[in-house]
Amino acid sequence: MSHNALLVFEVTILVLAIFLGFEVISKVPTLLHTPLMSGTNAIHGIVIVGSMIVLAQPHKSAFMWIIGIAAVILGSANVVGGFVVTDRMLEMFKKREPPKKDDA
Amino acid sequence: MSTDLTRLLYLITIVTFILALRFLSNPAHARRGNQLGAAGMLLAIVVTWIKVGGTSWWAIALGMVVGGGFGAVGARKVKMTAMPQMVALFNGVGGGAASLIALAEVHRILPEPGKPTVDISLAIVLSGLIGAISFSGSLIAFAKLQELIGGRPITYTGQKLVNAALFLSVAGLGLALVAGVQDEWLLWGLTAGALVFGVLFVLPIGGADMPVVISLLNAFTGLAVAAGGFELQNNVLIVAGMLVGASGTLLTLMMARAMNRSIANVLFGAFGQIQAGVSGGGSMDGTVRPTTADDVAVMLAYAQKVVVVPGYGMAVAQAQHDVRALADLLESRGVEVTYAIHPVAGRMPGHMNVLLAEANVPYPALKEMDEANAEFGRTDVSLVIGANDVVNPDARNNAGSPIYGMPILNVDQSKAVVVLKRSMNPGFAGIDNPLFVEPNTMMLFGDAKESVAKLTAAVKAV
Repeated sequence: MSHNALLVFEVTILVLAIFLGFEVISKVPTLLHTPLMSGTNAIHGIVIVGSMIVLAQPHKSAFMWIIGIAAVILGSANVVGGFVVTDRMLEMFKKREPPKKDDA
Repeated sequence: MSTDLTRLLYLITIVTFILALRFLSNPAHARRGNQLGAAGMLLAIVVTWIKVGGTSWWAIALGMVVGGGFGAVGARKVKMTAMPQMVALFNGVGGGAASLIALAEVHRILPEPGKPTVDISLAIVLSGLIGAISFSGSLIAFAKLQELIGGRPITYTGQKLVNAALFLSVAGLGLALVAGVQDEWLLWGLTAGALVFGVLFVLPIGGADMPVVISLLNAFTGLAVAAGGFELQNNVLIVAGMLVGASGTLLTLMMARAMNRSIANVLFGAFGQIQAGVSGGGSMDGTVRPTTADDVAVMLAYAQKVVVVPGYGMAVAQAQHDVRALADLLESRGVEVTYAIHPVAGRMPGHMNVLLAEANVPYPALKEMDEANAEFGRTDVSLVIGANDVVNPDARNNAGSPIYGMPILNVDQSKAVVVLKRSMNPGFAGIDNPLFVEPNTMMLFGDAKESVAKLTAAVKAV
């Protein structure tokens, strides 16, 4: 794909992702807004993939090694921390077994 | 692994992320969604590893062990009450990674003549700028929430001018890069300026506005990651980053709407300074009626319906488990107990729901604002625990109040209101609350945790 064709394609999926993001989130109840923030927080941890690509570039200067390793450290903290915290939160949301009669 | 196969596998990751968000529409299967998202993330990491790992694999592994170890320990150790600052921290590091990617890409691309092309340099500037602001801004939000620095807005004369000047010079450096000036130092200057701007931009924002700020910074990191995707021509970064950018933006707007304020007012209003004479109109005329745990216990024990209204004070006192114990006791006596949750109570969106869920409160008992407001008319006792501005009737009645127009929980419509509060100090927004002097309101002074424990003991004795 030529550079411009690729760019147009990327912009297309970017715009679709915007609408998808609005659409999916508008269905989340306020009850779950904290896990929503925390869950989206984990998802932008995908930056780890970019960090890995940067660190894996061939023929790096010492400077690039440092930047790359720092980026991988920050990115993996984001991924692991984000998903673990979200899991801990969501684990707590329980519906009591005999449901309360006031649930009207 | 071929590039096409890599892209197809990345697509699976994207689908798991979308499903993870989709599953969040119902607490019954939200957790499974998050685990699915984590599996998708793992897939993306493994695919990337196979594709690019090469000779740098040990460095990648080292970075992952250090960063992942920090993330895992931090996420497991943190108390539920400290959750907002932890989310802020994990958000910040993501932004930091995005801005480092920008620096690395400029360093790699710049020596070539005619590079980077305008679209790539624009992406580099955006991810560097937004990522760095998100990084330092999140760290300041963390420090404020962790109370390493004061939660009140920090302001000085000419602040807005300084911030505007700084932002314009940072934007100028970015424009030069986009215009094709081939100098790596432009991006370094931009990153340094953006880091300082992030600090200056969050410092003047008060603690009560943190739900908006954290949500906005989350959106920022998402946008920075999406821009990073354009630099590396990587679809999974573009889609995942933009999903977060869009959802974070929407959540930020919802939080601002719940306070009836514009985003601009939240960000630049330095809300929550102690303002002299702001209450005006003499709405605080009346007497404060202190009461005792024994008196309240009798009211609670013989009530039909009790509504608990939690606020940040409950989080600070870590009283959620004691609240649950009191509610259990009342329910065993046949009292109906529900919880009224204001969307911006606490320090992040939905903060109170998480705390009460931690204390095993079943989520059907957690009522959103509209549902809760429909019930106050037939409520015998509203128990306000560490909440203040979200129950301030001035928001409804006093056009001179800074929070006028903010939707509130109408606890004053219930037959009796008991406010658990440390003292008569104004709340975080520094605004008088006439609820405290209304004839049907009683004040139970003291630490929320101790007061609730006393109430439980007293109800047992009734």
